[in-house]
Amino acid sequence: MNTISKILIANRGEIACRIIRTARKMGIATVAVYSEADAGALHVEMADEAVLIGSAAASESYLKVDVILDAAKRTGANAIHPGYGFLSENPEFVEKVEKAGLIFIGPSAKAIRAMGLKDAAKALMEKADVPVVPGYHGEAQDLVVLAGKANEIGFPVLIKARAGGGGKGMRKVDVQADFPAALSSARREAKASFGDDRVLVEKYVATPRHIEIQVFGDNHGNVVHLFERDCSAQRRHQKVIEEAPAPDMPEDMRAAMGAAAVAAAKAISYSGAGTVEFIVDASNGLKADKFWFMEMNTRLQVEHPVTELITGLDLVEWQIRVAAGETLPMGQDELSINGHAVEARIYAEDAEKGFLPAVGRLMHLRFPEGDIRIDAGVRAGDEITPFYDPMIAKVIAHGKTRAEALGKLAGALGRTEIAGTVTNTAFLARLCRDADFAAGRLDTGLIDRNIASLTEQVSAPDAIVALAVLAASGMVPPERSNTGSVAEIGPFENWGSPMRSVTLEANGAAHGFRVLREGDSAWRIAGSGLQSSDMLLNAVECKHDEWAFRAGGVTQRCRLVQGSTEVAVFHEGLTHRFAKPQGSRADDLASGGDQVVSAMPGIIKQVLVAQGQEVKSGEAMVIMEAMKMEMTLSAPRDGVVGEVLVSVGAQVSDGVSLVMLQSEAAAG
Amino acid sequence: MTIMQSKISTGSQAFKDNAARMAAQIAETAAAAALHGLGGPEASRERHVGRGKLLPRDRVATLLDPDSPFLEIGRFAAHDLYGGDIASAGVIAGIGRVRGRDVMVVCNDATVKGGTYYPLTVKKHLRAQEIALENNLPCVYLVDSGGANLPNQDEVFPDRDHFGRIFFNQANMSAAGIAQIAVVMGSCTAGGAYVPAMSDETIIVRDQGTIFLAGPPLVKAATGEVVSAEDLGGGDVHTRLSGVADHLADNDAHALELARQAVANLNGRGRVGLCQMDCLPPEDPLYDPAEIAGIIPADTRQPYDIREVIARIVDGSRFDEFKARYGTTIVCGFAHVMGMPVGIVANNGVLFSESAVKAAHFVELCSQRKIPLVFLQNITGFMVGQKYEAGGIAKDGAKMVTAVATTKVPKITMIVGGSFGAGNYGMCGRAYSPRFLWTWPNSRISVMGGEQAAGVLATVRRDAIERKGGEWSTEDEAEFKRPTIEMFERQSHPLYASARLWDDGIINPLKSREILALSLSAALNAPVEDTKFGVFRM
Repeated sequence: MNTISKILIANRGEIACRIIRTARKMGIATVAVYSEADAGALHVEMADEAVLIGSAAASESYLKVDVILDAAKRTGANAIHPGYGFLSENPEFVEKVEKAGLIFIGPSAKAIRAMGLKDAAKALMEKADVPVVPGYHGEAQDLVVLAGKANEIGFPVLIKARAGGGGKGMRKVDVQADFPAALSSARREAKASFGDDRVLVEKYVATPRHIEIQVFGDNHGNVVHLFERDCSAQRRHQKVIEEAPAPDMPEDMRAAMGAAAVAAAKAISYSGAGTVEFIVDASNGLKADKFWFMEMNTRLQVEHPVTELITGLDLVEWQIRVAAGETLPMGQDELSINGHAVEARIYAEDAEKGFLPAVGRLMHLRFPEGDIRIDAGVRAGDEITPFYDPMIAKVIAHGKTRAEALGKLAGALGRTEIAGTVTNTAFLARLCRDADFAAGRLDTGLIDRNIASLTEQVSAPDAIVALAVLAASGMVPPERSNTGSVAEIGPFENWGSPMRSVTLEANGAAHGFRVLREGDSAWRIAGSGLQSSDMLLNAVECKHDEWAFRAGGVTQRCRLVQGSTEVAVFHEGLTHRFAKPQGSRADDLASGGDQVVSAMPGIIKQVLVAQGQEVKSGEAMVIMEAMKMEMTLSAPRDGVVGEVLVSVGAQVSDGVSLVMLQSEAAAG
Repeated sequence: MTIMQSKISTGSQAFKDNAARMAAQIAETAAAAALHGLGGPEASRERHVGRGKLLPRDRVATLLDPDSPFLEIGRFAAHDLYGGDIASAGVIAGIGRVRGRDVMVVCNDATVKGGTYYPLTVKKHLRAQEIALENNLPCVYLVDSGGANLPNQDEVFPDRDHFGRIFFNQANMSAAGIAQIAVVMGSCTAGGAYVPAMSDETIIVRDQGTIFLAGPPLVKAATGEVVSAEDLGGGDVHTRLSGVADHLADNDAHALELARQAVANLNGRGRVGLCQMDCLPPEDPLYDPAEIAGIIPADTRQPYDIREVIARIVDGSRFDEFKARYGTTIVCGFAHVMGMPVGIVANNGVLFSESAVKAAHFVELCSQRKIPLVFLQNITGFMVGQKYEAGGIAKDGAKMVTAVATTKVPKITMIVGGSFGAGNYGMCGRAYSPRFLWTWPNSRISVMGGEQAAGVLATVRRDAIERKGGEWSTEDEAEFKRPTIEMFERQSHPLYASARLWDDGIINPLKSREILALSLSAALNAPVEDTKFGVFRM
């Protein structure tokens, strides 16, 4: 038995925070590591100690094995938890950790290696009597052999690039006659994409579901499974919503899959948390003989919380205890399923615009409270950067039934408020309510089939646009502060209505609006961004970020937050964001004129621009040396270089034009 | 404090008739206000906007903190004068808040005859500066003006209170530590060039603002030099070469943001006078201010209790009356308006000796305690007659006038009814330098009533005719009196008065409370000084 006294978490974001929470509960100290981009991150704040390990790019920080080991040494950590991603399935890392005399909280390097090579893993599984997808993974590549194998497997089949991924070099073939053409086209694409035209042939699974089994092993030869998770709600092979147990899972199939997963783990003497992923043919419902091994993930999964909620266990705690040499805390027959759990992953991405990943500062972040689990690694004010996975949080609901859990999840997503970046929250909530998904009629193609209704763009209602404009106008007086000042009067004029112009992006385009005060708390908003010609908001009240108003006789309440770049209104489960146009606020020092002029006599050291070159305001154009000082002369405005009047080495006196920009009229 | 009890029946026919009459008067004034709000003719406004410039009122709105009030002065200036199309005398002025600081904004309206200065434009500009000086308000000039209106040069250039006084005031306010900030958003030619040049800090808009002593045509005429306006005195020239301006802005919005920044850098504190006050949390009046409309009798000769108005203006309708049982034709007392303490002096009938002495006593109290004074003026005058002359009403009136004239506490006057004769003086008329003077649409101002004036003239006339043994029929007398009555009626009208800047503006009576509060808080930017009274004739 090794005592784990201090864990270094070689990860970031929600999983680092998640691990710290359990470690703290167990009385174990924690060390966070962080990149320069994460200096103010939540996991850094939560950990007992934190060590800077490099610059923003993961390859310069979270993947730097030696630096991380050095951090462990410096802080006296005696165990390392890798989380998921980054170094979690890197056998060399495991070896180095162990060589440094530290405990790796995870499986052995050998087990990771055994599952790392997919073909070899499948062969290993076949030997252990774990069902694998029928297919041919051999070296022979000629048409006759491959077509023969396809016949043996039975159509439809899939031709896949061996080096592949992401659907490249993949072809579904329904009948034998189509095989030759599909093969050559798959090869061409494989060659073009991966430089390797070798392919494999596999059974095509119709109505496929992704069901995985959580397994746990210890260093004493015990392995249990913690039942299944259904991750069939996928988009481009990315899991979107995960749940446990799988809908409509027959007991005999669960037993068969559990046994297969345990066999798989035992075949590689697996220790710690792992997941065996299966593909399931659900075309005729779930059947105990219709699942096949795909791969094993030798780490804790993102979606592990759903298993925790139905079993009542803390998987991270189990990981730590197993790594410390304890036997598994429970045997298979002590484990049971309680109710149903569903998890949704909130990402910074624009689902309505083709799931474009997004970045931005989370100027507002508020999760629902109550009977809901939130695993987040960010706080309000944090930034979603392009350096790492843009996941903001996982929202996990538990209920007695699937319907109850889904209802709670949808409700929680509707009450999740995130501003500063676009998120997939509305898409997730719609998926929860999708008729097929809600009925449990799911497979990995469900999202693609229903993508139109799941990503429908909803225009903000006029009243919400009007409210955003009103807030952006800044005209609403502060609440009564009782300071004896006249601040509470707000916008006021002796005659007529106080008025202000506002430009705001609404429903995809910038619009000009006018805001008029028509009474103590009555405001009229007019502009082309409204469907009607104008909107009257009555009884407008604003307490911090909670707004109430009456429009068309209906009183509504919602939260509204705004920063310098946007106004966000959270209304009826939707987030409506309105961008504020960023006007040119050129520094009046930099702006001005068509030329760059020497401020004192000196020598030209460098000319950084050439005629015809486009330059941005403030961009360096000429470097000169004068009075033993180097001075950078910058573009006075955006424009095009019209003429360069000096060359390097020239001695110039003061007030001499060095570079001329094309006049704006000429450029225009 | 004592909570006032209203005796008004809001359901009565009289209340409804009064309210209807007041509504009509407010509507008439609002229509005039709207006309002035437009500025110049549509074509010039379109041309102005077409050049990428903001309209003057949009400029003011963009300069000010968006959630803050604007206390405009002189909106009706030049109403029906100079042909009737010089909206607000071609310049917008008022007190607004910039980055939390009260400032005086003076904004030329280039859509009105190129923003040139008519006599009343000059008078209004100087009045705005006077308010800034008295109340310690930084000045922001949004300049876009062709300078003096040449056809009127004799009435705008030479005299003491003419164009040159603007720059005299700038220099002296700057000397007094009252910041002068100019934003050049259009022409600043000749004398106008001194507005930015005399300012502490100046912003100019590129390719739009120009400053020069002589424009290109005059330069060509004088020296033969041909030069564009921009090269002669544009933003680039003045921020890079001449140093006449300090900041170069890309456009109106940018320039106004830079002006806000300049105000933010003023340091020092506004509202120093407010710190001397014992403020309370503001509280709405118990009675709805909108009911004021039904209180003021449609028939101006009908008396009413001014306390009903006070109850609808002051915080919580709380009013501690002073000497309530003495000199009852004047009501004096302490109250708060939006948290700020005030002493109110309000007419409730003709002034007698007792009323005048009581008012003088109350003004002394407020001066001693540094409580700002509010005069609600509705006065036909001091009582006349042998008994009252013998009782020394002239010396008692003089006591009141002396007290009002020499007190140093801020005075704010609101003419809520008649303002006639010496009553105007005692109740802090324009000549007594109230910090602000506001009028209601139902108010009338003249040296005496039209009937009385015509009567005086008729009496003199009749004496002359009868001395010569002639006869004067009552019809002839009526015919003789008519033009005088008509003249007084026309000249005592609030629009006639406000057009000539005898006041700072006609206000909506229902907004009296807000305007009073804004006037007070503006006035309390200056410290309240100690008072030294003149000799009271005993």
